Amino acid sequence: MNLMMLLEMAANGLEDRVAVGSSDGGITYRQLFEHAGEAAARFRADPGAKVVLCDESSPAVPVALFGAAWAGMPYVPLNYRLPDDDLCALADRSAPGVAIADDAGAGRLRGVDGLTAVTRDEFLTDRAGGAAPAEPGDWSMDPDEIAVLLFTSGTTGAPKSAVLRHKHLVSYILGSVEFMGAGEDEATIVSVPPYHVAGVSAMLSSVYAGRRIVQLPKFDPDQWIDLVETEGVTHAMVVPTMLSRIVEALDARGGEPMLGVRALSYGGGKMPEAVIRRALELFPITNFVNAYGLTETSSTIALLGPDDHRLAQYSEDEGERARLKSAGRPLPGVEVSIRDDDFNELPTGEVGEIFVRGEQVSGEYLEKGSLLDSDGWFPTRDGGYLDEGGYLFVQGRNDDVIIRGGENMSPGEIEDVLLTDERVKDAAAIGVPDTEWGEKVVAAVVTHGECSESELQDLVRARLRSSRVPAHVVFVDELPYNDTGKLLRRVLREDLAHLGDDPTG
Amino acid sequence: MVELKPGARFQSTVCTTEVIVVKGSGEADLTCGGAAMVPAGTGEVSGSPAADAADGTLLGKRYSDEADTIELLATKAGDGSLAVGGTALAVAQAKTLPASD
Repeated sequence: MNLMMLLEMAANGLEDRVAVGSSDGGITYRQLFEHAGEAAARFRADPGAKVVLCDESSPAVPVALFGAAWAGMPYVPLNYRLPDDDLCALADRSAPGVAIADDAGAGRLRGVDGLTAVTRDEFLTDRAGGAAPAEPGDWSMDPDEIAVLLFTSGTTGAPKSAVLRHKHLVSYILGSVEFMGAGEDEATIVSVPPYHVAGVSAMLSSVYAGRRIVQLPKFDPDQWIDLVETEGVTHAMVVPTMLSRIVEALDARGGEPMLGVRALSYGGGKMPEAVIRRALELFPITNFVNAYGLTETSSTIALLGPDDHRLAQYSEDEGERARLKSAGRPLPGVEVSIRDDDFNELPTGEVGEIFVRGEQVSGEYLEKGSLLDSDGWFPTRDGGYLDEGGYLFVQGRNDDVIIRGGENMSPGEIEDVLLTDERVKDAAAIGVPDTEWGEKVVAAVVTHGECSESELQDLVRARLRSSRVPAHVVFVDELPYNDTGKLLRRVLREDLAHLGDDPTG
Repeated sequence: MVELKPGARFQSTVCTTEVIVVKGSGEADLTCGGAAMVPAGTGEVSGSPAADAADGTLLGKRYSDEADTIELLATKAGDGSLAVGGTALAVAQAKTLPASD
């Protein structure tokens, strides 16, 4: 198996349909295949190296991804938004290799030993770099070769490189996407950056489905809305912060519904219920999909589909409405098991750690090796439970659990209650050191309108056990997120550490 | 007879068809166009499909046996049709999973 098998099929089946770019003037599937063969020739001039990408979205992304697969080299997209020191540290760990970057990025990487920087423009005009294009079909079909290395975002500690082999990504695509399943008029807007697992899987699934890729390099809600309209976009994937900003921008424009978008999927973090409920109104005929997945699982492992969204929107039944907060059901090729601390499977409804198993699950890091147990199960470090219908409710990272007086509490349950107050736009609960309890709960909230600490404490007290009531509520202008919408609890814990009373904590 | 296992690839010897095994394991009498299939890249193509096995194989379609123990994905189209043990494989129902990325 090789990712190139997917592109070869698309090139044979779709030929002159546009794969990437505008419907007139974009790159066709046949051209993308040829470009990948040329890029492979350039990459192979440096055997044993990696293909590093330090750039925002552009047509160079799919060419580099497939070219690397063809050449038999790992594709390593880096987070170009990192400060110089952090970026160069990751680049250093990725050497030797060819690095494709924008002009600024190429300059930043010049000092890294073993990396040959090529600018995006140079790469796109002369893909082969003077070499003769690779022979069609001469890629390796060894399923165990590394296709992609992705640095995890490192919200705790130093980034680790997740290993995705050809077998994981090809299994994911074959298991979840129908070949040429997209109509000729379909287009998907990719606004996640290339170094996010969804930025990789979007390339693969769109190519295999035959859905044109429209790239938005720097997310901006107004540009997103405009591009959707001018490019005839029918499909989109966004992280929660993007949807929240799109909803705000649409409301600022008068709240006109968007009717052209047929399918909108979201994932990559916790979606505030108010945002998704407003989005369902602003996209009244769109099929919504909530996708839950991790880098280490080749993207999506569970999804909440369109019908469940509309049922949750219109139902009077609490259980059906509550499913809007779930990640839906596992994909056909994926098994989910909820385990306790001793790895025993827990019954329906009980909260534990989410374990997953399936062909697409890698669970491997370059630095630590495979984390799969002997039966192939991967511990996600996410907490959650399954309801009686098999719907998965994800409750956040186990590393984020607050332990107060020996009692474990998920920040998510406290945040959900705070967000039921209409004045609360965003909320985060964390634990800070406390000499009496070990930890105590502190909530940081973003509000609009007058709102007092005691009102919010009373709200939590009325709905949850008293141990969950925040000892302090801090009002902030915004919460710290990374650029792909993940809440940085570590930053929040540092910022609010002074509220704790344990100087050693 | 060929050895089936997920990820294994086979080619027709009488047309351009190529497949990858999605599901199935063990020995199987896998044919295309009436002639035994061989591991991809190991055989020459000559002749043409038998008249009773020439309905064709479509690119990207999945083919399965009645018991659903074997599933093959066509990675290259061809004129021959697929069979296991002399029984033709049928096009499997398309998956209707919504797009998630």
